[in-house]
Amino acid sequence: MTTSAIQNPINTLGRATQAFCGGFGSLIVFALRMLASVKRGLPRRHVVVPILYEVGVRSVPVVLITGTFIGMVLAVQTYQQFKMMHMESRLGAIITMTLVSELGPVLAATMLAGRVGSAMAAELGTMRVTEQVHAISALGADPINYLVVPRVLACVALIPLLTAIADSVGILAGWLFSWQVLGINSHQYWMYAVQFVTGWDVAAGLIKSVFFGCAIAIIACQQGFHCGAGAEGVGRAATQSFVLSFIAILGLDFLLTVVLNNTYYLIWPEAVSLATSFSGFALPGAW
Amino acid sequence: MSASAIELRNISCEFGSQKVLWDLNLKISVGETVAIVGESGCGKSVTMKVMMQLLKPNSGQLKWFGQDVRTLTVQEQRDQRLRLGYLFQGAALFDSLTIYENVAFGLRQVGRYSEQQIQQIVVSRLEEVGLDIEIIRKRPSEISGGMQKRVGLARALALSPEVMFYDEPTTGLDPVNSRRIDDLIHSVKQAHGVTGIIVTHDLRTVQRVADRIVMLYPRRKLADDDSQVIFDGTLAELASSTDARVKEYVGDELNATPQKTSPSHKVTEAA
Repeated sequence: MTTSAIQNPINTLGRATQAFCGGFGSLIVFALRMLASVKRGLPRRHVVVPILYEVGVRSVPVVLITGTFIGMVLAVQTYQQFKMMHMESRLGAIITMTLVSELGPVLAATMLAGRVGSAMAAELGTMRVTEQVHAISALGADPINYLVVPRVLACVALIPLLTAIADSVGILAGWLFSWQVLGINSHQYWMYAVQFVTGWDVAAGLIKSVFFGCAIAIIACQQGFHCGAGAEGVGRAATQSFVLSFIAILGLDFLLTVVLNNTYYLIWPEAVSLATSFSGFALPGAW
Repeated sequence: MSASAIELRNISCEFGSQKVLWDLNLKISVGETVAIVGESGCGKSVTMKVMMQLLKPNSGQLKWFGQDVRTLTVQEQRDQRLRLGYLFQGAALFDSLTIYENVAFGLRQVGRYSEQQIQQIVVSRLEEVGLDIEIIRKRPSEISGGMQKRVGLARALALSPEVMFYDEPTTGLDPVNSRRIDDLIHSVKQAHGVTGIIVTHDLRTVQRVADRIVMLYPRRKLADDDSQVIFDGTLAELASSTDARVKEYVGDELNATPQKTSPSHKVTEAA
């Protein structure tokens, strides 16, 4: 094997690492510029309200559909497994727990990264290509404050709310399907749901969605602001925005789950001993 | 010697490995109308964006009204920038806003005008550029390219700038609309004493409105120590230049007698 043949994959890996670090650094710088812009003043109401409407109200149908199907799919999938263990009456617990802590926030954020994030990247990208971003600067305004801050605020405020809607609709759809189609007792469904799912689980899911919302908005705006020339550049920015947001959602989900679980066991240490005695083995650390 | 409105000193601007501007020196005096011409890729638009600080150069000094921009705070830069207006090549109107909101945008950002004052200014600026007030509720996509350019000009003029930048103001317009824009540039200078900097390929526009012409040459075609400004003078000097590069660019387009737009020409008549 020649030296160049060995060097090529190393070069490729090096270039990819460089591109990743450069991209990540650019994202951090962009987020810091956004924070600095917030410090100088918040955008005006007439700028924020249409974005709140676009991000919030117009996303409700997508979130309702997503939540409904997640709830029903969870019911179908878990019913068979639980029936084999004669635990089908506890379907409410698993559906509610899975929805509020994991699937609800992650899938709602993924849907919103596609619907809201890509649209933001394409809109800002088009504004950049047609010099509208420069026009904002030329008219004495700060483009970051005018374009980015309202979008980040809207996503941070409304994505948790949309996640809560997805969770609620999913739980209701799961209950309706379990009760009407699978023949699960309605009272037992709700009893186990309330018994197993704590306020912390609900809060943890919503805390995650705040971070997801922030990540989606910052990534989308950064991709739009730095998009390449022409229609191809705008299209690529929209695609990149979704792909990067999805990776960020999954990465943040893992990190936040670890951090929130540790926080939970730090606040309620007795929960660790309970979990250990129930499952029969101890997880390393507080994982 | 008249005071400088905009001054570039040893400005260099690179995009990747491509040197677009290299050691460029240029001074625009208060009250004059300067046309920057040159073949595509010579850095005309980049020069203008650097002057407006929409692009940051790799090195060199930019002065606005004699003050080094780097010594200004963010707020001071923003205040100074309000003394400059910019007409973008494609007008760069905000798609999501109406014509009224577009023209009012800068006024609202400044925050020192009441809504009634904003309304008065918007109406007067639209009338000044010869547009019917009925269009104020329309979106930019609902009006023609020539009208968009005029709305862009009204928006830039709303804050009463002391210096106006015109980036390819007549590109893509038919001869009638081109003349309208030329007349507007001329009337803006006559009515408000605005310093003008025009980037254009259109030598008819140069003939009609420019006091001074600066010709740039692509950096890649020059030796390291050659100046990128290959011509700096009046229209008559441009027509009689012996520089082969200048003659090649100008060709036969310039008439022996320059046809400056008449100051008495009313913009509204042209509209």
